Amino acid sequence: MPASGIEVLFEGRNLVRLLGGLWTSLWIALSAMAVSVVLGLPMGVLMTSRHRLVKLVLRIYLEAIRVLPQLVLLFVFYFDLTLVTGVNLSGELAALIVFALWGTAEMGDLVRGAISAIPRHQYQSAAALGLRPTQVQFHVVLPQSARRLLPLAVNLVTRMIKTTSLIVLIGVVEVLKVGQQIIDRNRFDFPDAALWVYATIFLLYFLVCFPISRLAQALERKLDL
Amino acid sequence: MSTIGLATRPRRAAASTLGLVLAAACLIGLAGCAADSDSGPDTSAAGSSPASATTGSSANFRDVAQIQADGTIRIGVFSDKAPFGSVDAQGDYVGYDIEYGNRIGQDLGVEVEYVPVEAASRVSFLETGKVDLILANFTVTAERAEKVDFLKPYMKVALGVASPESAPITDVAQLAGQKIIVVKGTTAETYLASQYPDYDVIKYDQYTEATSALLDGRGDAWVTDNTEALAWTTQNPGFVTGIASLGPADTIAGAVQKGNTDLAAWLNNELVDLGKEDFFHQDYELTLKSVYGDVVSPDELVVEGGQV
Repeated sequence: MPASGIEVLFEGRNLVRLLGGLWTSLWIALSAMAVSVVLGLPMGVLMTSRHRLVKLVLRIYLEAIRVLPQLVLLFVFYFDLTLVTGVNLSGELAALIVFALWGTAEMGDLVRGAISAIPRHQYQSAAALGLRPTQVQFHVVLPQSARRLLPLAVNLVTRMIKTTSLIVLIGVVEVLKVGQQIIDRNRFDFPDAALWVYATIFLLYFLVCFPISRLAQALERKLDL
Repeated sequence: MSTIGLATRPRRAAASTLGLVLAAACLIGLAGCAADSDSGPDTSAAGSSPASATTGSSANFRDVAQIQADGTIRIGVFSDKAPFGSVDAQGDYVGYDIEYGNRIGQDLGVEVEYVPVEAASRVSFLETGKVDLILANFTVTAERAEKVDFLKPYMKVALGVASPESAPITDVAQLAGQKIIVVKGTTAETYLASQYPDYDVIKYDQYTEATSALLDGRGDAWVTDNTEALAWTTQNPGFVTGIASLGPADTIAGAVQKGNTDLAAWLNNELVDLGKEDFFHQDYELTLKSVYGDVVSPDELVVEGGQV
């Protein structure tokens, strides 16, 4: 009997399990991104501060997060935190914190870049019109920055979704791990199932990331008017 | 905030101070609220240990009474290493290690919560009390025994030798003068190098290269883990595992956190009791036999009552 292995996908609850794994990846990545946007915006604004110490502290935070691989951060928050302080986080919460820390740092840097790119005369014109500093930020600088920011932020979201494949190492089963479980389970009977399972996972990632990119493009057009 | 150069001097100073505070909050805030939200339902490990207050970080295990009071034992298992631990199409854990785990849960009178672990993170899961017990095809080594407390073994592994049925190798002396296939970095390579340095050994990087070399006759025998050899020869007609245990036998055992003597004692007693009913032979029939076939007697792999 020529077994192509595609039947493995439809066996039992396998498809449901894959979708469940995808949901795990998604809610962690998207929740972390929501936190990152909320915290990253003020961080980015602060990074353009003239205060040396503020800049230094934020710079150290950003570089520290960038230098450390996400996997190390995951292990630190899941295992080391428990060993050192006795605080016992669930794998999901540890993952959420790590992704939020990472996202906030990256988002802050993106915001900083977007704000720095606003020409000086925009500030001066706004001030000449009598706007107060906070008004300049909210009505002139941030709206213009947002447009530059959007594609970069979307890029960050899709990167986060894909990086969730690491969280299995702290015991959180996401879509890729479910796939590997299915492949291993059928290793003896359907050795070729791996191709179909990985193709399905590829499709699932695509189906999630593609609409996000399209949404961003649509928003960009709308903001551009 | 402090970005704007048009602000008056005192206001800018105030804004900067505010900025500093905010920046610090950004850094500390996340870690802080993470610590607060820890006390969830299934994190009893951190608080419930009687020893945790005195010995600080490392002792955060649960003894038998605490596990029974909590009603759930957490067992770390492989989720993608069939036939020892894997997940079936219904999403349930199955395998040789799982049968053992289910029985432990049954005899403790508690539910079993399986936690998927990876080979490299098994020790960490135990050290942090995230699981009470590891049953993940865990080979006993001196190095690991410094970090975790191993129980009595329930399985043993050694090297095995796969060869063609037409020219079977059934004794290690027959390997002299033959082309012997090994995979680099395996125990087979080090064993042959130390014990039989004058044997003709061909080394490959990957398992698939080694098996195809044996299939197309570039080598006369393949020395590898006996489980590997048995599984492969069962699936490849025309080949047999002529030697099913060669070299020093390693044992596979469960492990608990260092110092959890109460749970270790209970589990070791349980293991001896299970030996009386030949539990692991039944487990073998149920989970391993379909993979290893009839070529080998279960006694080559199974350890009953912790007696190797």
